[in-house]
Amino acid sequence: MNLLLRVLLSGALGALGLALGRAMLAMLAQPAPALRLAAHANEQLGASGVRHPVTAVLLNFRGYDTLLEIAVLLLALLGVLAVSRSAPASGQRARAPPQALLWSMARTLAPLMVLVAAYLLWAGARQPGGAFQAGAVLAAMAVLLYLAGLMPPWNEPGLALRAALAAGFLLFLAVAAALLRHGALLAYPAPLAGALILAIEAGLTLSLGLMLAGLYLWLPDEHEEFDN
Amino acid sequence: MNTASIFAMTGTALFVAGMAGLILQAHLLRKIISFNIMGSGVFLALLGLAQRDGAPDPVPQAMVLTGIVVSIAATALALALARRLLNLTGRMHLPRGARDD
Amino acid sequence: MSALGFDLLLALALLWSALRAMSTPDLFRAVVLFIVFGLLMALAWARLDAPDIALAEAAIGAGLAGALMLDTVGHLRSRESRGRR
Repeated sequence: MNLLLRVLLSGALGALGLALGRAMLAMLAQPAPALRLAAHANEQLGASGVRHPVTAVLLNFRGYDTLLEIAVLLLALLGVLAVSRSAPASGQRARAPPQALLWSMARTLAPLMVLVAAYLLWAGARQPGGAFQAGAVLAAMAVLLYLAGLMPPWNEPGLALRAALAAGFLLFLAVAAALLRHGALLAYPAPLAGALILAIEAGLTLSLGLMLAGLYLWLPDEHEEFDN
Repeated sequence: MNTASIFAMTGTALFVAGMAGLILQAHLLRKIISFNIMGSGVFLALLGLAQRDGAPDPVPQAMVLTGIVVSIAATALALALARRLLNLTGRMHLPRGARDD
Repeated sequence: MSALGFDLLLALALLWSALRAMSTPDLFRAVVLFIVFGLLMALAWARLDAPDIALAEAAIGAGLAGALMLDTVGHLRSRESRGRR
């Protein structure tokens, strides 16, 4: 990119920055909006099945967004799988021999991380927490185990792994389909709402942990100049 | 001038800075870092603007949570494609003069 | 220190770490600064009364994204050290 183009673009970006800054200041000076979603959400919190407002919004009031979000994550994972290794690379990247400190730390931390993930999932109903945080902790545990040499690298996923990856999304979709027969999409019947949300979150936690770990573990590696 | 306003302005500045980094830099990993900074700026601006009265609002918080997950999905896919390009061409830059003739 | 002073300092730190991450010539340092940016973002979410987002940003935005990028930097370095450019 030659110098003139860089200068012009920088100028344009600076002008954009100033314009956006002024627009943001103007928006911040506006009075509170007439539609107060927070008040509506807090009013309906009792009927939502959980006691934490963010969880209620994520899994109940805007559950459709969460369903599509999991679908997007699955699609991204499919994209990563499409460009990653398809067979165990024979001359694999030289894995450093597992170091004693990392190895013993991973062995100690992994069960604790499972415990923390389970707690975050359970506590998400009344405190900050929930499926996404728990899934992220599980994924971090998987990456830690891999880096410490306690888990082999992930190759072409077998049927069990594929089923587990899709399970969260399919469970959510099944609940949505079952509820669709009764009218609105993802409108949980009030007595079952808490149990349904917990079940969906549990499935999501498992799948999310595997998906996020897969995003790391399936990144394209060195010896992959295959020719499809 | 409260907490949310400060972070809303910070979010706007991060968005423009990230956009500048995305456009002006050629290295793919730097583009990915800039794109993530842009995303974080958008989230800060969204939540700062929504909570400008000071009261926590769960709806934009849920949206930002969704946004963080989608942005890591996009980052991972972008990194996978960049590494594939690295394996095929040996460089972390888009090929020069690439055009469909 | 007043709460607003803390917020201003945090905002400045966010901007500084983001700008340095994008401008530093060393890639490894850029990724480390990006992780720092992610953790400062978690602090910002905590200041905005959004603890769920703070947890998710620290785990996913700083942790997982940082791990992905560090892996890529290591991959790049091992290629360069083996002489394949």
